[in-house]
Amino acid sequence: MAEFDAVPIIKSALAALPRPARRLFLRQSLSLGGLALLSGCTVPDEDAAERALSVVSRFNDRVQAWLFDPNRLAPTYPESMITRPFPFNAYYPLARAPVVDAESFRLEVTGLVSDRHSWSLRELGGLPQESQVTRHICVEGWSAIGKWGGVRFSTFLKRIGADLTAKYVGFKCADNYYTSIDMPTALHPQTLLTLTYAGATLPRAYGFPLKLRMPTKLGYKNPKYITALYVTNTYPGGYWEDQGYNWFGGS
Amino acid sequence: MSPLDPVLQPAWLRVWHWLNALAVLILVTSGWKIYDASPVFAFRIPSSVAFGGWLGGALLWHFAAMWLLVANGVVYLVMNVVTGRFRRRFWPLSPLALWRDFSGAIRGRLGHEDLASYNAVQKAAYLFVIADSILLVLSGLVLWKSVQFPLLRELLGGYDQARVVHFAAMAALVVFFLVHVVMVALVPRSLPLIIRGR
Repeated sequence: MAEFDAVPIIKSALAALPRPARRLFLRQSLSLGGLALLSGCTVPDEDAAERALSVVSRFNDRVQAWLFDPNRLAPTYPESMITRPFPFNAYYPLARAPVVDAESFRLEVTGLVSDRHSWSLRELGGLPQESQVTRHICVEGWSAIGKWGGVRFSTFLKRIGADLTAKYVGFKCADNYYTSIDMPTALHPQTLLTLTYAGATLPRAYGFPLKLRMPTKLGYKNPKYITALYVTNTYPGGYWEDQGYNWFGGS
Repeated sequence: MSPLDPVLQPAWLRVWHWLNALAVLILVTSGWKIYDASPVFAFRIPSSVAFGGWLGGALLWHFAAMWLLVANGVVYLVMNVVTGRFRRRFWPLSPLALWRDFSGAIRGRLGHEDLASYNAVQKAAYLFVIADSILLVLSGLVLWKSVQFPLLRELLGGYDQARVVHFAAMAALVVFFLVHVVMVALVPRSLPLIIRGR
């Protein structure tokens, strides 16, 4: 795990930067490195470069939505191939991970849904459960295989009377993380609202009480510590996505 | 270098070459930054040469420049076939000629007087880097969309193995680049050829 330690430190340092400083960070990068070595100059208009990169990233969202096959399943693995221990990954150390009280927890459901009542863990546990052993791929490049169990998300969305023609499902988390996904991925058969890891209650390290697991998307698209979700047609963005990570983030 | 000299490299190829050089430079240096986020091997690329500032910036550059590389690759292959340049420049290439030119080259006895045609080592090197670039794109596709390209993923030995393939193909491209630049230094007349065509 030591090799991953440096990255959360950088991430938390970045997270602590206000937005203009982050822009400056990308800006500095434009004038450093290989491009400057070759040309002997800096990128003339950094803001224009950043805007252009953002336009290409939105284009890459559309290409990925087009490539996404709602019926194509991510590979599954035997339990013997599960990565042990499965890495904890966040932009803060485990000691600062949120502690959520199981008894008082209620999942808030809002937006384009007909049933807006909040769900207790007991109620969610009463819905049909299934499990999967799939590969989690991090945007950093590493991957790890784990076993998650819970409610098929499409089942849950139908249960709450969600508008399945809406564009996005957004998530808010107990650690102030937030992200959002496209509806076709939300309805993918391997998209699970997970309550368990390796057959036991989802541990705090992996997102207790609720994590959305999608083997068709990169790790940062799989929110942990979910406290609220909403269905919307207004682009909700995401914690990393608003800083430059690609929004679709599919694999 | 009089204006009456024949144009040895057509204009489309010269424009293509420099656009491709830009795409490769961005892709390789931003790729180093991405590699450093979670190194496959027991070393890191020095951050002074890794481009993009942070992982998110490097990914934006990488996934933008990839379109330039792919578009360039398609233009290069189509134009070479359509204009008959492939046949003129790369045919024939025999193992015997390759061995003869290679052993001549390492003993410093391979002449570069005639820049109108490639020697066998050049032919092999350019064909190699074309194949290597195709491997880079295919292994990159697996890293980008491993679920959506199952056949390609399994051919490369799975997601994790595709990272090793992508890195090895990058390393081969960098070696090509270094030899390419050294050869330009040894045969300076080849530089105006790819700028002015003669």
